[in-house]
Amino acid sequence: MTFTIPIENGDAVKIAEAESQRTLYPYVTGTSIVAIKYKDGVLMASDMGGSYGSTLRYKNIERMKAIGKHSLLGASGEISDFQEILRYLDELTLNDNMWDDGNSLGPKEIHNYLTRVMYNRRNKFNPLWNTLVLGGVKNGKSYLGMVSMIGVSFEDDHVATGFGNHLARPILRDEWHADLSFEDGVKLLEKCMRVLLYRDRSAINKLQIAKITEEGVTVSQPYSLKTFWEFSSFHNPTASAEGSW
Amino acid sequence: MFRNQYDTDVTTWSPTGRLFQVEYAMEAVKQGSAAIGLRSRSHVVLACVNKAQSELSSHQRKIFKVDDHIGVAIAGLTADGRVLSRYMRSESINHSFTYESPLPVGRLVVHLADKAQVCTQRSWKRPYGVGLLVGGLDESGAHLYYNCPSGNYFEYQAFAIGSRSQAAKTYLERRFESFGDSSREDLIKDAILAVRETLQGETLKSSLCTVAILGVDEPFHFLDQEAIQKVIDTFEKVPEEEEGEDEAEAGAAQPAEQGGAGAGDVAPMEM
Repeated sequence: MTFTIPIENGDAVKIAEAESQRTLYPYVTGTSIVAIKYKDGVLMASDMGGSYGSTLRYKNIERMKAIGKHSLLGASGEISDFQEILRYLDELTLNDNMWDDGNSLGPKEIHNYLTRVMYNRRNKFNPLWNTLVLGGVKNGKSYLGMVSMIGVSFEDDHVATGFGNHLARPILRDEWHADLSFEDGVKLLEKCMRVLLYRDRSAINKLQIAKITEEGVTVSQPYSLKTFWEFSSFHNPTASAEGSW
Repeated sequence: MFRNQYDTDVTTWSPTGRLFQVEYAMEAVKQGSAAIGLRSRSHVVLACVNKAQSELSSHQRKIFKVDDHIGVAIAGLTADGRVLSRYMRSESINHSFTYESPLPVGRLVVHLADKAQVCTQRSWKRPYGVGLLVGGLDESGAHLYYNCPSGNYFEYQAFAIGSRSQAAKTYLERRFESFGDSSREDLIKDAILAVRETLQGETLKSSLCTVAILGVDEPFHFLDQEAIQKVIDTFEKVPEEEEGEDEAEAGAAQPAEQGGAGAGDVAPMEM
């Protein structure tokens, strides 16, 4: 957008500077997050990769963080915007703790706060380039919700972001049921993450699974999934498509 | 209280460490007609005496809904009370919008108290001339708070403010230990009985009082006149014995307050 800047009007110069600092594209991005409700709370899985365009540049990024006593936030998309969101939430939870009055912000409140933040940024054409997954347990009730970079927000029993929307969701729709045990929940998430590992080029084989229950948040140590590359169709991949590679 | 050379400005301390303007503001609360609040673990009841300027006019509204889970009863300058109620409604709805969750009443009263404190420390402002009985819910159950023009707030099991509130307080002091486990109906009955104490012998009719209730599974709402009259009927049937004792007690406790609280002395803006 071009326009002449009158020298006398200081504000116009400021506006021009602000324009060029709007979010236009993401730089360092995280790929999918997959999360499900289970018997004791919520399980969330993410890999530890940060891509710089098509380069898998960072391989030790934690994309899931505990928020306050009752919530767990996972993010895909721009990593620096995720860090900014963590700063906002840090301030929010700090102020909440300072009240010291027996009341605390639960996952529902945090989810709605994030929805307001994301939607307001979208309205200013300066979005935080993330899709966020917010899970938590408070007073025995599990909560799982998602907010996109344009402020689309909803709750569900199982959610997935990015490529997970296309690859993990169908698996979850078929195989999720209420009151999954911890082991079954982890198996289900690993199934989804394995498919993503095979098919999402920005996924890496180093993942973490986070669990949130009434007692609190635990994020597992990073580990790898076993993969199998000896499928017969991998041996001669171009057999059925002449000229491709 | 007598006029003195330290009472012109709210920002002037007296040598004995008092802010007279703030204390005068608290006097305004005492001149207003009575408001009473009591709570159990799960419910809060607010009640007030309906006073009208003249027979021709309607009575002033003294109880306001702030949100489904918070209500406030005021005594003193009702105009100030209305403005503060609007502030409370605004805070409550902004919180609900951002967090999709009700504002804990304990936090609202702190905001209110901080707002009142500002007026005690600016030379171009005056303290709010209204006392607020705020009843509401938060995660730990039902609460009743009293917000003072001084910027102080206190939590109560039961309290009464305004003119002739001492009679109601005496009644409540006798009973308050049982309020925690009271049923909803008993709580309402006690509130109306406390209102009756402030009427000093005038027969209690449902048109003379307004009662509102809120609870853990009950959004804030006013009781209609029939419901109030029904409760009155349950105890007005035995008028002689009860009224006899209460009047004697109330008479003894009243002399100090009666000074400025006679009907003719009430300024038009105070209700």
